Amino acid sequence: MSTATLRKSSLAGGQAPRWLPFAVGAGALVLGAALASLAGFSIGLWAVFAGLLFVVAGPAVVGAIEGRRKGVDALARYLVYGAFLLALIPLVSVIYTVLARGLPGLDLNMLMTSMGGVTGATDNAAAAGETPVYGGAYHAILGTLVVTFWATLMSVPVGLLTAIFLVEYSGGRISGLIARIITFLVDVMTGIPSIVAGLFAAALFVQIFDDPSMRMGFIASVALSVLMIPTVVRNAEEMLRIVPNELREASYALGVRKWRTIAKVVIPTAISGISSGVTLAIARVIGETAPILVTAGFVTTINANAFSGWMTTLPTYIYYQIVTPTSPTNPGISEGRAWSAALILIVIVMVLNLLARLIAKIFAPKTGR
Amino acid sequence: MTRIAPTEPETGEAPAERRAPRGAGPSGSPRQDAAFSGLALGASLLILVVLAGVALFLCLQAWPVVGAPAEEFYGGEGFLSYIWPLVAGTLIAAAIALVIATPVGVGVALYISHYAPRRLAKPVGYVIDLLAAIPSIIFGAWGASVLAPRIVPLYDWLGAYLGFIPIFAGPASATGKTILTASVVLGIMILPIITSMSREIFQQTPVLQQEAALGLGATRWEMVRMTVFPFARAGIISSVMLGLGRALGETMAVTLVLSGGPFNPSLIQSGNQTVASEIALNFPEAYGFRMNELIAAGLVLFLITLVVNMLARFVVSRYKEFSGANS
Repeated sequence: MSTATLRKSSLAGGQAPRWLPFAVGAGALVLGAALASLAGFSIGLWAVFAGLLFVVAGPAVVGAIEGRRKGVDALARYLVYGAFLLALIPLVSVIYTVLARGLPGLDLNMLMTSMGGVTGATDNAAAAGETPVYGGAYHAILGTLVVTFWATLMSVPVGLLTAIFLVEYSGGRISGLIARIITFLVDVMTGIPSIVAGLFAAALFVQIFDDPSMRMGFIASVALSVLMIPTVVRNAEEMLRIVPNELREASYALGVRKWRTIAKVVIPTAISGISSGVTLAIARVIGETAPILVTAGFVTTINANAFSGWMTTLPTYIYYQIVTPTSPTNPGISEGRAWSAALILIVIVMVLNLLARLIAKIFAPKTGR
Repeated sequence: MTRIAPTEPETGEAPAERRAPRGAGPSGSPRQDAAFSGLALGASLLILVVLAGVALFLCLQAWPVVGAPAEEFYGGEGFLSYIWPLVAGTLIAAAIALVIATPVGVGVALYISHYAPRRLAKPVGYVIDLLAAIPSIIFGAWGASVLAPRIVPLYDWLGAYLGFIPIFAGPASATGKTILTASVVLGIMILPIITSMSREIFQQTPVLQQEAALGLGATRWEMVRMTVFPFARAGIISSVMLGLGRALGETMAVTLVLSGGPFNPSLIQSGNQTVASEIALNFPEAYGFRMNELIAAGLVLFLITLVVNMLARFVVSRYKEFSGANS
C-alpha cells in the first residue's frame, strides 16, 4: 500500500481508445485476406481468418494497454459476441435457402393439387419446358392438419387434467406419491426420441390388429400425442402453479367447490399461458417426420380420413420428394416441390409461434397495478 | 406454497352426508367434485399406462429377437454385432454435436442475458427460439444440399494435414455426406435448447451478487465467472444433457445428411449410421423379423436416452441445494 502510491494505478491507467475494435477489425480483414489468398482464396476462408485474427488481436491489444484482467475480459466479450454471430449463420442460411428455393415453386398449383397422377413422365415434360410443373402438396397439408388435429384432441385434455391433478390434487400422502411418480414419468416421456414414439404407436397397432403393414393417420396421431403430452403437462403445470393462492382462497371462502374453483377461477386465470403452451406444443409436433414415417405410410393422393388408408404429411412429403424423386432423371423438379413444402411448413410453424405469443399477450390476466 | 384446506378429503371420496341441499348449486355438488378429481387422477394414470405401454409393446414386438439364430439378423452375425456399430455411430454423432453446441450455446445465452444491449436482448432471444422451431427435416435438407457441399474443402484440408489422426483419415468424402457433417447439423439443432435453458437460469442469477462483484471492481467477465456460472452450473449441465438426449434421438437430420454404411473410424469419410436413422431408413419397407429387429434397436435407443435423462436429473438434484435455479 505504501509503495503502491508511486506505481501507476491500474484503474487510472491508460484506456483503450473507443475506435480500437474498428481499427483491429480493419487490420484483421486485411491480414485475413492476405492469409486466405496464401491458402487459395475464398470468402469463407477469408471470414474464418479475419474472425480468428480479430478475436485474438483485439483482446491482446486491450490487454497490452489496460492490463491482463481487462484483456481477459475483452477476450470473453469478443468470444460471446462471436458465439452469437456464429449461431446466426445457420439460421440465416436455412431461412435464405428455404426462401430462395421454395418461393419459385410456391403457387396455387402447389397448394391446391395433390401428387395423384403425377409421374416421372410429367416431370420430365415439365423439365423440358413443354408443360408447367404439375403436382403439389395439398394432400400433405391436409394430412398434416388431420394428424395434428387428432393428436391435439388427445393430448390437450389428458395433459391439462394431469397438470390439474399435479397442482391441485396432489396434497394427500397417497396422491402426493402418485404425483411424484407422474412428474418423474413425464420427465422420462419428455426424453423419448420421436422415432421411438413412432415405433411404439406402430408396435401397439400391430399388436392390436395383428397386421404388420398396418398404417394410418391415426397411428401417427397416437405417436405425436406421446410426444405432445409431456410438453402440455409441463407447461400447464407451470402456468397453474403461478396462479396466486389468494384467488383460490377467495373462491373457497365464498363457498365455491374445489372443482368449480378450478374450472371457473384457476383455469381462466392461467388460460393465456396454457393456450400459448398448447400452440407451441402443436408447433413442435407438426414438423415431426420420423414418427410419421413409421406409422402413416406415404401416398400421393388425397386422404382426409385418419382411420383408414395411408396418409402423407408435409414432413414426409418433403422427405420422399428428396429421397425418391418422382422423376429420377430430373430430380430438380421434385426438389423444388420439397423446398416449397418446406417453406409452407416453416410458415405454419412460425405462424403458430407468433400466435402463441399473441395469445399469451392478449389474454394475459389484467394485473391490478 | 401454503396449502389450502380442502372442503373434503384429498382422495376425492366426498362423504355422502355432506351433500349440498339441491345437488348442483352454483358451487357444484360433492359428487361433481369427486368426479372431477377422479378425472384428473385418471388422466394422470393414463400417462402411467401409456408409458408402461411404450415399454411393454416395444418389448413384445422386440421379443422375437431374443434367442433368434445369428443368421437371421441383418448382416448375419447376431444382434450384438448388428447393433454396436449403430450405437457407436449414435454416440459419436451426439458427442461431436455436444462439443460444437455447448460452448456456442452457452456463449449465446450469456450474450442474451449479460452482454447484449437491453433493447436487443429480447428479439435476439426470440430469433434463437425460431431456430428451435424449424423442423428437423428442413435442417436435414439444408445440411444435405447446402452445408455438405460447402464443407468438403475443410474435409480435404483435414484429410491432407491431419490425416495421421485416425478420425481424420483420408481420402475425404467428395460429397461431404459424412458423420461429421451430420454432427454439425445436430449441433446446430441442439444449440437453441442449450441456449434457451441456460439463458433463463443466467437471468435468474441474484442481481445483488452481480452488483456486489461489480462493486468490488470485478470486470464483467470476472463477475460472470464468480456469480453467474456457480449459480447456473446445474442448469447448464442439465441443459446440455437435454441437448444430448435430443441429439441421440434425432432422426431426420442424420437420415438426410449422412450417406451411411458400416462403422468407420474416420469422421470425414462416408459410413457410420445412427440407430434412429437406421430405423427411419428401413422401417417403412420392413416386414417380419426385420421389423422386430428394428423395434429392438428402437428399444436400445430408448434405454440409452433414458439413462442420459436420468443422469441429467441426478446431476441436477445433486446440485440443487447450491442453486435456486431448479426449484
